Amino acid sequence: MPRWLPGLLLVSPSIVAIAVFVYGMLGWNFKVALSDQHDEVSEGSFVGLENFINIWQETRWILSVQHAIVFTVVFVGGALVLGWFLAFLMEKGIKGEGGFRAIYLFPMAISFIATGVVWRWLMNSATGERAVGLNALFRFLGLDFLQWQWFRDPDWGMAAMAIPAIWQMSGYVMALFLAGFRGVPEELREAARVDGCNEWQVYRWVILPHLRPVTLAALIILGHISLKVFDLIVSVSGKQIITDVPAIFMWTAVYDAHDPAKGATIAGYIVLSVAIFVVPYLIWNARREKRK
Amino acid sequence: MRRRWITAAAIGLAGMLALAACGGGGDSSGDGGQGGAARKRVEVFSWWTGPGEADGLKAMRQIFERQNPNYTFFDAAVAGGSGDQARALLASKLQANQPPDTFQGHAGAELQGYIKAGKLEPLDFLYDELKLREVFPEQLVEQITVDDHIYSVPVNIHRSNVLWYNPGVLKEAGVSGPPKTIEEFIGALEKVKQTGKIPLSIGSQWTQVHLLESVLLGTLGTERYNALWTASADWSSSDITKALENFKTIMSYAGTPQEDWQPAAKQVADGEAAFNVMGDWVYGYFVNPPDGGLGKTAKQDFDWAPAPGTDGTFMWLSDSFTLPKGAPNRDGAIAWLKVAASKEGQDAFNPLKGSIPARKDADKSLYKDYLAYSLEQWASNRLAGSIQHGVVANDAWRSAINDAVGLFLQDQDVAKLQQALVDAAKNSGQ
Repeated sequence: MPRWLPGLLLVSPSIVAIAVFVYGMLGWNFKVALSDQHDEVSEGSFVGLENFINIWQETRWILSVQHAIVFTVVFVGGALVLGWFLAFLMEKGIKGEGGFRAIYLFPMAISFIATGVVWRWLMNSATGERAVGLNALFRFLGLDFLQWQWFRDPDWGMAAMAIPAIWQMSGYVMALFLAGFRGVPEELREAARVDGCNEWQVYRWVILPHLRPVTLAALIILGHISLKVFDLIVSVSGKQIITDVPAIFMWTAVYDAHDPAKGATIAGYIVLSVAIFVVPYLIWNARREKRK
Repeated sequence: MRRRWITAAAIGLAGMLALAACGGGGDSSGDGGQGGAARKRVEVFSWWTGPGEADGLKAMRQIFERQNPNYTFFDAAVAGGSGDQARALLASKLQANQPPDTFQGHAGAELQGYIKAGKLEPLDFLYDELKLREVFPEQLVEQITVDDHIYSVPVNIHRSNVLWYNPGVLKEAGVSGPPKTIEEFIGALEKVKQTGKIPLSIGSQWTQVHLLESVLLGTLGTERYNALWTASADWSSSDITKALENFKTIMSYAGTPQEDWQPAAKQVADGEAAFNVMGDWVYGYFVNPPDGGLGKTAKQDFDWAPAPGTDGTFMWLSDSFTLPKGAPNRDGAIAWLKVAASKEGQDAFNPLKGSIPARKDADKSLYKDYLAYSLEQWASNRLAGSIQHGVVANDAWRSAINDAVGLFLQDQDVAKLQQALVDAAKNSGQ
């Protein structure tokens, strides 16, 4: 009995499952994306990269990519800054830290769908007398000038859409950063202080550099969530162009327009965009492990 | 060590078995229809699972089972409004050449993909045998004919071009009655705006496409609207520009978009808004008792009229049944289609579903209030097909129109919208 056999048998079901359901499906998706199967019942033949090129002529595609970029920048940036700030407060030794930590982490336990349902109401775009949700709150506080269209705003709607996502994920980022803060040995801080650093300089030159791996990990996690975002947007606004992103476009291409090749093309772009985030991270991680 | 190996092997094998079982399970359910006793089973695929529609299907099923004691009805309904999920599953079944015996589809262009791919059998023989060409309105038969063949049996009819309004709000604004033309409509919207109420309530993006089809029909007239879906259509003409300008003007009176058609219609029933353009399923929502509906009284809390400029034209949509090629139980499917086409079947189904029969000879006493009005209009009006509900444009075209309208709502550029509609017509492959 070779020694490697039991181990192989143990993992073989998951190897098979991943091979079929992840890489098999991925391969199939690209096969469809490279074909001209523009309805569900025909066979389709190989057309190369035609679909991947033609899609850039569609106004809707350009718009959905722009939306995805705005959403990603606001969401990732917002969650990182807010998460870092929360962790910073915790680290400064706030009273009842455990309680706050739980409160900030709670939103993560909720699905994007539930978050979306609540925020759809909070971000209702009615203003003036018919205002509900946050607009009504602004009205109540006499801050009427703050009332706006939220996610229905043609220019900044996607930034509004990122707010629920920030609300949901910043607690998680806080937990990551808090672990990062705690991972900086006390001796290093002491040494810096002894060398004449003020508190700000300790953070700038000693702690922040130590947080780089954590920041990178948070960036990757948030980035790939953001590029694939679907459930949050569907539950806030449904399949409307005003909040269109590639994943929604893919959904309507497949289930409304019944165009599998187009849907697969969009899915292909989503995978590639996530890969741009993830692959360099994996390479960097592998190198680091080797160095150790 | 040995013990550990056995455990590992056991877990590994169990995993393999579980996987194999999954695969096997899928196969056997697909073959279920072939077995001896089940041969007489008739699998009817639909998306009628909601209140009303499921009851209607059950009523038709009882008639079918009474008339055909040798067949058993197998209800293969898949839940999900307007059949999004049902149609996704159906497509995969058809592609694998494992069709149900008969399936539901919107009558008209929505079936074209299946017809072109050769998945449907023409039903001309059934139309001849049952003399259906005589009992359905002539224009309906004409509008569901594809290359000289008919592929479906329409069971019910809904109307798309209905203007729902609140009589109280109109009175308050000094509007004497429902507007007859687009110009009158815009005038009435302006008057309502002065009172501070919402002139026109609107829902999510698809309800705005729904509004557009009524504005197109109201501006162009029936003949030119119907010509848009023929090979000689000219989407770049100036009267389309006019229609789109009208659409833009009307949309400028719209309130804050609601989540879907129900909350938008509700604003009219609640007296917050004056007008709403939506299909006649609104009626059921308004009058049904609370939980399913709003429990409102017709003529008092709300009233209806044909959408402005479309009086005398019935913009229809319809659910129909088909005969897929290679249906395991073809005779059973035909027996079902006969029930679906019959006066008895349609009169059993429609009062429950809240729609009217496609047949002209329905029992009028079964249809009350709005449905009685609608039945009378169906018999006398000229017909036009709905865009948003799959009659005149195939899926690709309809979806392209939706995209164009969605983009227009952002940039308000009529010229761009028209160009997008021209492209949509050209690229539809219809």
